[in-house]
Amino acid sequence: MNRTVLDLWVGVFVAVGVAAVLFLALKVGNLASANIGETYRLQANFDNIGGLKPRAPVKSSGVVVGRVTEITFDPNLYVAVVKMDVDKRYSFPRDTFATILTSGLLGEQYIGFEVGGDTEMLKPDATITKTQSAVVLEKLISQFMFNKAAESPKAPEQ
Amino acid sequence: MTRLLRAMGARTVDGIWRLGFATRFFLAILARSGTSFARFQLTIREIFSTGVLSLIIILVSGFFVGLVLGLQGYETLQRYGSSEALGILVALSLVRELGPVVAGLLFASRAGSALTAEIGLMKTTEQLKAMDMMAVDPIARVVAPRFWGGVISMPLLAALFSTMGVFGAWFIGVVFIGVDDGAFWSQMQASVDFRYDIVNGVIKSVVFGFAVALIAVFEGYDSAPTAEGVSRAITRTVVNSALAILALDFVLTSFMFRGNG
Repeated sequence: MNRTVLDLWVGVFVAVGVAAVLFLALKVGNLASANIGETYRLQANFDNIGGLKPRAPVKSSGVVVGRVTEITFDPNLYVAVVKMDVDKRYSFPRDTFATILTSGLLGEQYIGFEVGGDTEMLKPDATITKTQSAVVLEKLISQFMFNKAAESPKAPEQ
Repeated sequence: MTRLLRAMGARTVDGIWRLGFATRFFLAILARSGTSFARFQLTIREIFSTGVLSLIIILVSGFFVGLVLGLQGYETLQRYGSSEALGILVALSLVRELGPVVAGLLFASRAGSALTAEIGLMKTTEQLKAMDMMAVDPIARVVAPRFWGGVISMPLLAALFSTMGVFGAWFIGVVFIGVDDGAFWSQMQASVDFRYDIVNGVIKSVVFGFAVALIAVFEGYDSAPTAEGVSRAITRTVVNSALAILALDFVLTSFMFRGNG
């Protein structure tokens, strides 16, 4: 095989291979959509994080605005400390409510920001004070059972 | 009894000796690979024979693996009412594991065996010795370009395999079964992380490329210079490459994915 044809084939091969990597990065992976450039650090304390994991998304109104970077346990306060990187383009009021939510019934858990009305914004490295823990299914069920048990004696009277 | 022990000892010593020889051979290739980059045409020729000529089998197998993954994944996922997660299942299993591993196995049997046969036959017909006589270093002229050709081809082939697999799963899942197109891609994108999944997959395929290419050229160079010796060397290439890929895959996976994702 002569040299130009050979070079052409190898060139095509390399180009197609690089295109495949790009396809994987852009179409299969989330390089384009979750490309968070400049970020700032926020922190929030939760009583119970449920199944929240590092790299979980932080969403506001359903839009991904950041990612959880680190989850640690504070031995003095007995709470979970969640650190997250939030996109610099977005700033949130100081009374923003951070809630651990679940996408779908069995989906992954994420942090949802519900924006308050404060005029002052959260500064980098600030701690969000208003938080709500993850819903633990067992607790929910036991509460429900407890309520039912409390109700049931009335039932025969009706 | 003594004979059994002696046989065991001989095998162990032999194995360690070969391992040491392979390591020195690897270092010799690295030290003399200047030629394969200075005269890049030599390496391009090898990329053609290992990479371009392996394209058909890689693309077709990737597509079929994707088809099967799509069908089987859908079958299981729809029991739990989450058939939209098909994209996640297919993309993660291909990018993290199946892409590099299966492409590596195919690459070892398609290109690795050819490399061994070529170098082994060169040795049998004393072409390597003839080169040495003409003061042409056979490692720099013959072995190193083949090694680098394999190393360069392998990650590209693995990426193509994964891409074809995803496309195959899309074809069966979205076009034939009727999984929602938007959900298929968006759920996939939401849970496949570039750094964590794709880069780790590429790292795996690069490591496999080094392992397979090294085993192939080493077995060829080390083969007994007879017809039988060459055929044995080819067998060893395929077997050792497969074992090396699977063992390395386990080691790499246990370092990369610790289950905290």
